[in-house]
Amino acid sequence: MITFQNVSKSYGRKLVLDNLSFEIKEGQFVILIGPSGCGKTTTLKMINRLVKPDSGEIYINGINIMEQNPVELRRGIGYVIQQIGLFPNMTVEQNISVVPKLLKYPKERWQSIVRELLEMVNMPYEEYAHKYPSELSGGQQQRIGVLRALAASPPIVLMDEPFGALDPITRDALQEEVKKLQKKLKKTIVFVTHDMEEALRLADTIVFMDNGRILQMASPEEMLRNPASDIIKEFMGRHINSRGPAELYVEDVMRTRVLKVPKTLKVLECLDRMDRWEVNSVIVLNEDDTYAGTVQLEAIQEHGKVGHEIGELVSQDTPTVSRQCKAQEVLDQLLDSPYKYLVVLNDDRTVAGLITRTSLTKAIGEALWGAKS
Amino acid sequence: MSNLVPYILEHLLIVLIATGISVAIGVVLGIISYWVRFAAQIILWFSEMVQTIPALALLAILMVIFGLGNATIIAGLALYALLPIVRNTYTGLTSVPAPIKEAARGMGMSKLQRLFLVELPLAFPLIFSGIKISVVNSLSIAVMGVLIGAGGLGFPIYRGIQTQNFRLIMSGAIPVVIMAVLFDYLMSLIQKRLTRH
Amino acid sequence: MNFIEFVGRNRAVILSSLAQHIYLVCISVFAGILVSIPAGILLSRHKKAAEKILAVVGIVQTIPGLVMLGIALLLFGVGNTPALVVLSVYSILPILRNTYTGLTEVQLGLIEAGYGIGMTSSQLLFKVQLPLALPSIISGIRISTVYIVSWAALAALIGAGGLGDLIWTGLSTYNTNFILAGAIPSAILAFLFSGLIGAVQRLATPRGLREVKHDE
Repeated sequence: MITFQNVSKSYGRKLVLDNLSFEIKEGQFVILIGPSGCGKTTTLKMINRLVKPDSGEIYINGINIMEQNPVELRRGIGYVIQQIGLFPNMTVEQNISVVPKLLKYPKERWQSIVRELLEMVNMPYEEYAHKYPSELSGGQQQRIGVLRALAASPPIVLMDEPFGALDPITRDALQEEVKKLQKKLKKTIVFVTHDMEEALRLADTIVFMDNGRILQMASPEEMLRNPASDIIKEFMGRHINSRGPAELYVEDVMRTRVLKVPKTLKVLECLDRMDRWEVNSVIVLNEDDTYAGTVQLEAIQEHGKVGHEIGELVSQDTPTVSRQCKAQEVLDQLLDSPYKYLVVLNDDRTVAGLITRTSLTKAIGEALWGAKS
Repeated sequence: MSNLVPYILEHLLIVLIATGISVAIGVVLGIISYWVRFAAQIILWFSEMVQTIPALALLAILMVIFGLGNATIIAGLALYALLPIVRNTYTGLTSVPAPIKEAARGMGMSKLQRLFLVELPLAFPLIFSGIKISVVNSLSIAVMGVLIGAGGLGFPIYRGIQTQNFRLIMSGAIPVVIMAVLFDYLMSLIQKRLTRH
Repeated sequence: MNFIEFVGRNRAVILSSLAQHIYLVCISVFAGILVSIPAGILLSRHKKAAEKILAVVGIVQTIPGLVMLGIALLLFGVGNTPALVVLSVYSILPILRNTYTGLTEVQLGLIEAGYGIGMTSSQLLFKVQLPLALPSIISGIRISTVYIVSWAALAALIGAGGLGDLIWTGLSTYNTNFILAGAIPSAILAFLFSGLIGAVQRLATPRGLREVKHDE
């Protein structure tokens, strides 16, 4: 679908792309990765003609993009950048509908597009459509950035380190959403990152670049099994040479960054923090920092009273495990339980972390294909 | 050219005296604004109002009070120069990082000690930039002193206008512009030095 | 004769001077806007040249008003037109500078995003850059207007009329009533213009820029 043929580019005397040729197939999630200055961003920006090649050709669906009007070309390609780039003078709805409006879609059509897209990422239209970017969290802003790129349903979406500026938890959530959206909408996505973990998680094909050349273009599994050069090996270092999943303990698979609140916290304040963390349950601690129980969002919505303390709503139904348990044993417990997570406790009954289905699957996956060092 | 020297010196003297007065009043007002929140609004509003008054109107009104002569132009320039100095003192003091203020308090410094040992030194580069703006503006406005009987380079310029003598106008105007550019340049250099630490 | 009586007796002269003053200010600021906004847009697209041009413009701004008027007098003679020319030229500078900074301070990411999603450069200008730069541009217009109210008083020197005439008469005959009758309305005029344009500036600030979210 996208073909690079002998593309070269220099800035002054520095050669950034050296006779690059490769092809991206339709519907693929392709990730360009490599050390900084390797030419990955330049390659990406050539696809929508933000950067012009010195020599060589780029074809999309067999048409040379240099023979197309750049403005029309770009309107058919979604584009997401790291700094998010939402227009601060426009509302969420206006931002998402920019391209459909440029393409002169009738009002009913772009309005229904905005509605649908917002629903897809669980941001209700009534609540969010008329907010301005400055009123949203970083994660919400980038969600809108992604939706804006999808609004005119372009077959190709370019993403330039879109999640680089987000905190790890938000990044996790957005990676998952993008992967889901891609499966559902069958887009061809070209995605630049310098984070190998992100690449392994999202890509169908990873293109590893260094000094303006492609060192290897392969599936994540293939690249882990047979890295083509030492640089690639080094880049993936911590993902290779794993322990087997059988040797994993709970402390290896848990998530340690979790929202913990004291019993005495006021209900409203607690809701505010949950909102900021984008979670719908929270771990409650006693005065001596030992585990008191959990509170679900629904419990607050049903029984919470303004001004009361969160301790009144604590439930102890969520199963707890010790951090020295084998991960294997916990797996069954997690799959059987109606809860989406388990609380991990230290010996002194303070909270060590959480195991969610995602964190466990990820850890097992990494153990199979390369665990964290 | 030599007969210009007294005008240049007088011009400079007028501007320097006015700036001195303005710095003394402006920095104190800036400190008061920093300490007393509601005063900040009034003081900043007042200095902005003063600068909004047309120069000729301000000078003419001052002349009614101070009479003809250098005192009037010095008072006018000092009032005009107030806004940049007050505003920069206030902004400089309020933008001293909170942890530094807290550390100073934690070390047991009194309010005045904090001001003189920590806050004013840190705010000084910005205050200095306010003074620079004032000096450059004043050099140019001081020319109007001639209209209310003061001396300085306004004299040859006004004389030139009355006698339709282009060279006379320029002989007064060029030193003014050179001084403005020079002061701007030199004070910017000093300012860079100050902010380097 | 006290000031109140004086104003009562010379009401017609004071009012017509005021009208002439407002006329001078409006025409020259309007002319300044017409020139400086397009010029600012142009400069924002040629940043290298812009830095130099703005530096020169900065020096021109240090030329005392009296000198500029003197030169205009020699070049064009006495009257309304030379005054309007000088005032218009002078009103260009702050608006030009603010248009330029307003436009160039729009984040690079937004410009890239705009081009990246297929805006033409004029769509980017009108939908993104100008709306974001508008508060800065209007602030430039406000600075210009306040300056011009002040300069217009000075321009009476070369026969432009306006409130400056009254002040001049007062200064040359040492008549306090004339001085106050010119000075007070011109100060009030400056306050009014400044307040009015300030209000417009607040209205023109895009809502998304007004409410800054303060977290933590």
